[in-house]
Amino acid sequence: MTTDLQFRHARPGRKAAIILCELLLIFYVLLIVCPLANMIISSFKTTREIFKAPLAFPKKFNFNNYKIVWIDKGFWRYFVNSVWITTVSMAVVLLFGSMAAYGVSRFKFKMNTFIYMMFLSGIMLPLKAAIIPLFLIMKNLNLVDNPLSVILIFIAMGLPSTVFILSGFMKSVPGELEDAARIDGCSEWGIYRKVVMPVVSPAISLVTIYNAVPIWNDFFFPLVFLQSDTYKTLPVGLTSFFGQYSTEWGLLFAGLSIAIVPVLVLYLCMSNYFIRGMTAGAIK
Amino acid sequence: MTKKEFHKGLWISFFVGPGLIIVVGIILVPLFMSLFNSFFSWKGLLRNSYVGFENFRKIFVEYPYKQRFFNALLNNLKWFCGTMVIQNGLGLLFGYILSRKIPGHEFYKRIIFIPVLFSIVAVGFLWGLYLRPNGLVNMLLKLTGHPELMRAWLGDEALATPTIILVNIWRWLGFPSLVFLSAINNVPTECLEAAYLDGAKEGTVFRKIVLPLIVPAITIITVLTIIGSLNVFEQIYTMAGLDGPPNFSTDAIGTLFYRTAFGSVDSGSPEIGIGSAIGVVIYLLTFGASIVSLVSMKSKEVEL
Repeated sequence: MTTDLQFRHARPGRKAAIILCELLLIFYVLLIVCPLANMIISSFKTTREIFKAPLAFPKKFNFNNYKIVWIDKGFWRYFVNSVWITTVSMAVVLLFGSMAAYGVSRFKFKMNTFIYMMFLSGIMLPLKAAIIPLFLIMKNLNLVDNPLSVILIFIAMGLPSTVFILSGFMKSVPGELEDAARIDGCSEWGIYRKVVMPVVSPAISLVTIYNAVPIWNDFFFPLVFLQSDTYKTLPVGLTSFFGQYSTEWGLLFAGLSIAIVPVLVLYLCMSNYFIRGMTAGAIK
Repeated sequence: MTKKEFHKGLWISFFVGPGLIIVVGIILVPLFMSLFNSFFSWKGLLRNSYVGFENFRKIFVEYPYKQRFFNALLNNLKWFCGTMVIQNGLGLLFGYILSRKIPGHEFYKRIIFIPVLFSIVAVGFLWGLYLRPNGLVNMLLKLTGHPELMRAWLGDEALATPTIILVNIWRWLGFPSLVFLSAINNVPTECLEAAYLDGAKEGTVFRKIVLPLIVPAITIITVLTIIGSLNVFEQIYTMAGLDGPPNFSTDAIGTLFYRTAFGSVDSGSPEIGIGSAIGVVIYLLTFGASIVSLVSMKSKEVEL
């Protein structure tokens, strides 16, 4: 196409510019790949080996670091906590979010715009800044050091963008579909479940990725609310681990790999979804 | 009210209610509570007496709050400027050359988005390890024959903040790149093709056609950068520490706020009143700066 960068027929100055851009991209790719590769390789080495030959492959790949970190240091528990807290939060975000989006986009009523704006205000307001009242509220509800506190906050974090993205999609569902179902005797719930939700299902996967990544990675709220080791999520567990074993590099790299590699593998399997999901909120 | 309307009202509350209760209870009520709390003096976790703007006066004029506060605010400004210029500038360049289908663009597109998904904590600790005085970065500088460039990257007052900002850019650069890429891809091809066939220069096409049409994307990235730079916390917590070492040179509003709200090793007991006032300032700055950039960009927006 005319709009593609044509290297072969370009003038020398232009050729140089294209090569420069290409080099810049390659440099950044290396800057991403090398530290990650080094992290994974180092996680199989002993601390001594890491210092003696930081760039070399280990003499033999031993999983000892992983065994210590995963079992003895309790990373399996952090991992399980992260999985179930993210899953529960996301399930509620999707249910309540899609319901609210349906209510706001498919019904005409007086408070419609006002309620929509209330949801949207959550996108712009940094929730971290409200940590003091949130802490006081959770303390009064006796939810400090209870995963429910973090789950409630994660749900509130996810709802605004979910309502925003889904109501955009729902508005584009043709009204005739809905009317036809209504004439067939479908209740409002039936229309939501059997007509509107199936039509917007591509948007659901997009919203899931857009919200699940920040929830999985969130550090601030679990740090404040989950003090006992039983409830810690991966980012918080990683932090206390780094505080305790700051000189045992082999273990540290193994811990980091446990935090990073699952996300990496998931991404490599479904990169298109991730790219669409993460940029969706910004484009829509 | 007719029966039908009542019915409809019930359905609406059924659909909207649960979500609205959570958003109001967790986002909006705490927002107003922050404002309310900031007008009181506090004894530990108990509200004491009404003091008006005393807490705000303290952070803006009284020692040591004022020094800490403006020092932190200055660092947030550094975060904003560094991120805007380096990250979003590079992001715009990457988005543009990727949209022009530079050889290998599908591959690059996928790789540069990888770090975006990692937790800030993991990235902070990973680079924290590499940047230690005996870490990989210094080791590589020595191996390649530049021992004079070796630094205590995170231990030097002048270097620590820029280093942490660069690590954060390493993690986040893929995001603006892809947002700009999809914005540029939405520019109608006819416009671009016509311009090229007329022999317009690359720079002219970019300035006169692409840039005006992607103003909405630029606005979004700017607003996100404002929100992001005012809220940096994890990056500093993991790579430097809660007290913004060395000597508060990496301290930002986020870490200062956390220390004030929950108390830390050196600053003693939590100060809820002052913490709330800082929280309110964060809200106002985020909101104000976002509104200003939204409005100023709106005037530059063009429609085809």
